[in-house]
Parts: sequence; structure tokens; C-alpha cells
Amino acid sequence: MRTRFIVDKSVGYFLMLMALTSILAVFLIGFFTLREGLPAISEIGLGRLLTGSVWRPGLEEFGLVPMIAGSVLVTIGAAILGVPLAIGCAVFLAEIAPRWMSNIVRPAVELLAGIPSVVYGLFGMVVLVPLARKVPVAGNSGFGLLAASAVLAVMILPTITNISEYAIRLVPREYREGSLALGTTRWQTITRVILPSARSGIVAAIILGIGRALGETIAMIMVIGNSVIIPRPLNANPLTIFLSQARTLTGNIAVEINYATGIHESALFATGVILFVLIMLINSSARAIMRERTR
Amino acid sequence: MEETTGACRLRTIGYKLWYGDFCALHETTLDIPSNRITAIIGPSGCGKSTFIRTFNRMNELIPGVRVAGEVLLDGQDIFRLDVVELRRLVGMVFQKPNPFPKTIFDNVAYGPRAHGLRDRNRLAEIVEKSLRSAALWDEVKDDLSKSGLALSGGQQQRLCIARTLAVEPEVILMDEPASALDPIATLKIEELLQTLKKDYTIVIVTHNMQQAARVSDFTAFFMTDENRSGHLIEYGPTSRVFTNPREKTTEDYISGRFS
Ligand SMILES: Nc1ncnc2c1ncn2[C@@H]1O[C@H](COP(=O)(O)OP(=O)(O)OP(=O)(O)O)[C@@H](O)[C@H]1O
Ligand SMILES: [Mg+2]
Repeated sequence: MRTRFIVDKSVGYFLMLMALTSILAVFLIGFFTLREGLPAISEIGLGRLLTGSVWRPGLEEFGLVPMIAGSVLVTIGAAILGVPLAIGCAVFLAEIAPRWMSNIVRPAVELLAGIPSVVYGLFGMVVLVPLARKVPVAGNSGFGLLAASAVLAVMILPTITNISEYAIRLVPREYREGSLALGTTRWQTITRVILPSARSGIVAAIILGIGRALGETIAMIMVIGNSVIIPRPLNANPLTIFLSQARTLTGNIAVEINYATGIHESALFATGVILFVLIMLINSSARAIMRERTR
Repeated sequence: MEETTGACRLRTIGYKLWYGDFCALHETTLDIPSNRITAIIGPSGCGKSTFIRTFNRMNELIPGVRVAGEVLLDGQDIFRLDVVELRRLVGMVFQKPNPFPKTIFDNVAYGPRAHGLRDRNRLAEIVEKSLRSAALWDEVKDDLSKSGLALSGGQQQRLCIARTLAVEPEVILMDEPASALDPIATLKIEELLQTLKKDYTIVIVTHNMQQAARVSDFTAFFMTDENRSGHLIEYGPTSRVFTNPREKTTEDYISGRFS
């Protein structure tokens, strides 16, 4: 009796210790990134980092706007391409496919989440970049936002599909039957009752996908071109902005950290802090939306 | 079945249903008369819901369901009709009130909108008329933009009835529509049924024998056999079935000798 009690207790403490370790890890990563970034934040100033439009470390110019624009644009592009695809997949899996078919398609979609991102980068380089290069616009190298957005769209597909499918499956069967019993088609039932009822879960899924997109690094470096420029349309058509090269916040850190020293190095850490905070905010807002839903 | 007077709206002929290999309903042959209330009674699991869900082909949503025999709506084979059109003609109110997470107005306007009605004035007319017919108008008329989920259980069920009426069906199926409600709300629904039967053919499943005796014109009694399959045991005018049942099983059930 007594020993079992002790064993129970110590197992409990052990598990608690492990949980605390992961919290500690988050804390330590945040702390050290911040410590290394602080010199840049205090010397350059957070305002100038965030609003400066020139990044030229050799000339002590540390403006992140080109990279912020790159990250934001590539994420928007990924959302435009990936969100309809992912929601379509989720509706198919939850509402349309017979069970045996979703049992094949679902693992296939989940498999996408397990592919190393460098492999996505390779795929982007040999397939998507040459495809993007086919768009006949002067100055289009193929490397740029379009190819990067397409890669990213596939990378965020499993996240959004998974959580959206879950949200759709949570919609009570009674809504579905109530709608069909009124003489509506399956399509009307999906668009007018099921998707609106699952909306908050789907929004949370999209936000989590965006968080994932903002954090992606290596695949972006391989296809986005990495020019430190604020992306602009290549001709009069504003859509050609997506053929422009760009650099992401994450890519900027990874590309330069190997040779950066002094204030330059610190500025890269400061970029890391900004990403860290941004993605934490994004993930916790998604979590808040999901909590709202289940309440 | 000799006692059904007047026009027959729904008819099943040797209708049989299986869930996979399990035969839930044995050959059922019965006529449901127009503008009358027909009650389906019987112990739990005897196939009442299965039977009533036949008429708007809701059972088709369940994988593995097979049927045999004929089911006719005004003489037409329902399995040959377009299922969406059939469900517009044969509305259904469920056991658990299931308003959509939308406003009261949008709940009632849902069907007509889905069927292509865009005109705002016309929609408003239909919403008012349906809510009046469902005896809910006076309680909600000042608050049509409130969520349907914010209503009480009894109000929600009347909202669901209004939602069904809004698509102007000819038959209304009700699967234990009052079982989740308190006695006063139940009474309201029962009164409502009496006014609705002037315009609609109503089929109602109920667990409650008194309710069947109070509200219905005809009663069908179902019972399970040793394999848990449902059989139609007796069907006729409610007064006759309750006062002078022909089958011993019916008598036993009605007098509460088993449940
Ligand atoms: N989806 C299903 N799959 C398999 N069997 C089912 C399914 N739905 C119902 N059944 C079975 O069919 C039989 C009839 O069920 P049904 O729901 O029609 O009974 P009921 O008379 O409505 O019962 P209750 O009074 O409890 O609502 C039961 O034995 C039940 O277990
Ligand atoms: Mg039932």
C-alpha cells in the first residue's frame, strides 16, 4: 500500500517535472534570443528596425521593412492558394468522401506534414520555379513570391485541412439533417449551415496555418530569390508583384547569421524576437478562438 | 386496412428495411390519410423513427441501409421522385429541437431562400405567416434578429415547426416532437397540431400513449419480435385501437402491461 502510494506520487512529480521542462525551454529560448537582441533594440531602436526600409548591414542600416513585406506577401499568397484548397479538402473528407476514401486521403494529406521542409525547397526549385519562369514578364527569374507561395500553400495544407475537418465534424448532425429535411441540396447544406457553424474552428485553422507559414525558413530561402528589396510589380499589372523576388524575416536570419558580428548579429537576434512574439500572438489568438467555440 | 376514410396521401406496400444485415422493419403495409393525424406508437427500438424517416428518405443518409417494397406519395413511388423535391413536400420536425445557429428570421427564411426566393418583402411575409401558424409569432415578433438558440426548448421546437411550414410542405413528419418539452410546452404543440391538420397531413411518433389518444385520428402500433425486428401489429382509428384493440399485444401494450 505504502510503496504504491510513493510510486504514484513520484511518477506524478516526474511527469510534472517534464511538463515544467518544456515551459522552461520556451522561457530559455525567449530569454537568450532577447538577451542577444537587446543591444540592437536599444542602439537602433525598435521603431527604426520595424519601419526602416533599407537593410544594409555594412552601412549600419538595419531596416526590416523589405523582409516584413516579403514575409507578409508570401504568407498572403500562400493563404490565397492554400486556404481554398485546404477547406475544400476538409469538406471533402468530412462531408463527401465515403469512409474508406477518407481513410486513404487523410493519411496522404497528413503525410505532407512529415516531409522535411528542405525537400519542399528542392521540389520548388526543380518544378515550381521553372513553371513560374514561364510567365512572360520582363525581369521574372522564376525565383520569387509566386513559387514560394505555392510551396508554402502545400506546406500549410495539412494543418488547415486537419483542424478544419475536425471543426466540420463537430457540427451537430442535427443541423445537417434539419437542413436536408427542408429540401435543400447537400451543397446548400454545406455552404449555408455546416461551414457557417464551423466558422470559428476554420478561422482558427487558417490562423495556425499562417503562423506556420511565417515561421517557414529553408524552403523559402531555396525558392524566393532572397533579394533584399521591397517587392514591387514588375510592370503595370499589380499582380506581377508576385513574380518579384523577396526575402523573408526567417530567411534573412538564416542567410546572414553565419558571418554576422556585432550589432549586425544582434539585429538578427532582434528579428528573431519579433518573430517569436508575432507567432506566439498568432497561435494564442487561434487558441482563444477555438476555446470560444467549444464553450 | 378498411378504416382509413378519405383520400390517402401516403401508402406503404410490403415495405421492409435493413440496417446492414439487421432487418429493422418487417413488411409494412399501411395507408396514411390526408388531413389527419396519424400516430405511430410502440416500445423503444420497434422502428418508429425508422418508419417515419422513410417518407422523406432520411434513412438514405445512413450507410448500409437497404429497403424493399413500395412507398407511395399521392400514388407516386417516392424512390423515383427527386429526393430534394420529396423533402420539400414532406417536411420533418425532429425529436430534439434543432434550430440553426442563426437568427429567428433566418431560421424560418432558410428553406425559401435555399429554394431561390430573394424578394425581401415576400420573405418577411412568409416568415410572419409561418411563425403565426406555429403559434410563435406573438412571442418573438419584436425580436426576430435574436438567435434561434436563445429561445426556450418549447419555443425552439415551434421555431422548427415554423421553419418546416415555411417551405409549404404537404405532409409533416414529427418524431417525438414533444418528448424534450415540459407539459405546458407539450400542450401548446398538441393544440397547434389540431389547427395544422386542416392544411397538412401529419404523422407523429410518440412514446406517450395519452398523447396519441388525445391528438391522433389514426394509430399504428409497432412491436419488436424475438429478433428485435419491428412489426406493424395493428392499425386503425385511434378510438377503436385504444378502446377495442383486435390484437392481444396491442391491448397489453396500451394497458401498460409492458413497455
Ligand atoms: N443507424 C442505425 N444503424 C443500425 N441500426 C439502427 C440504426 N438506427 C436504428 N437502428 C436499429 O433499428 C431499430 C429501430 O430503431 P428506431 O430508432 O427506428 O426505433 P424507435 O422505435 O424510434 O425507438 P425509440 O422509441 O427509442 O426512438 C433498433 O433496433 C435500432 O437499434
Ligand atoms: Mg425514435
